[in-house]
Amino acid sequence: MPDYAMPGQGLIGGLMIGVAAAIMLLGAGRIAGVSGMAARAIGLGGGAPRTLALTFIIGLPLGAALVAWAAGPILSRFPMSMATLAVAGLVVGIGTRLGSGCTSGHGVCGMSRLSKRSIVATFTFMATGFVTVAIVNAVGGGW
Amino acid sequence: MRGVIGLASGLLFGAGLAVSGMLDPLRVRSFLDLFGAWDPTLAFVMGGAMIPMAIAWLIQRRMAAPVADAHFHLPDTDPITPRLVGGSALFGIGWGLGGLCPGPALAAFAINPPAAAIFTAAMAVGFAIVWALDRPSGPRTPVHA
Repeated sequence: MPDYAMPGQGLIGGLMIGVAAAIMLLGAGRIAGVSGMAARAIGLGGGAPRTLALTFIIGLPLGAALVAWAAGPILSRFPMSMATLAVAGLVVGIGTRLGSGCTSGHGVCGMSRLSKRSIVATFTFMATGFVTVAIVNAVGGGW
Repeated sequence: MRGVIGLASGLLFGAGLAVSGMLDPLRVRSFLDLFGAWDPTLAFVMGGAMIPMAIAWLIQRRMAAPVADAHFHLPDTDPITPRLVGGSALFGIGWGLGGLCPGPALAAFAINPPAAAIFTAAMAVGFAIVWALDRPSGPRTPVHA
């Protein structure tokens, strides 16, 4: 395990995310999928009641802000280029809607349900993620 | 009630992302950098998140309805379609490029609002494109997880 890895914090944060998704499932009967909820919240998707989607989406930065307030600054290294951010965001937006989910909906909720669609989706986006980073590195693309 | 559930779930989700280091796009990218300085943290996050969710699915099977709705609204687990695979493949490309998926991008508004705003605005354009493409073709495509 490399020294920069954070297995303990990863596991604790992961458990929190899992409990959050469980609250959504057992409380509201919905998948805590961020791409779907975000699209719904801004009127670009169907599914969950608007209030549920909006409060969930607003909760995300509030939760992060609470952690920053309680525990101090959160390390966050973004890509240097605005163009990279914009292209990445656009591709993520199109891909998650076509693919009906992202890391949360497919990766966490669907995989733990043993959903065939989610397992295929998760393996697919992991695979293209690995390949994309390898290609960017190979052509000398920076961060 | 819905608002309380949404907010509680979102708050805990965002806090979990912050605690686990997932609001650091470079760390996420490093998980995807299999042949470089690989960072396995994301695997612990996903594994950790699946534990409560696996239990929740077991409980869900024994519940007639969720606490605050008359029914569960769950996506299909089948079939595997070109749209599912193609969309997921695209998502992975964007994820690798920016080190960001939708959850961390939104939660990052608390830390780096300008960068989060650029990514999220572009993502919303992507949502709008698919929404527009889906619209004219009769009945809406069901929304899967």
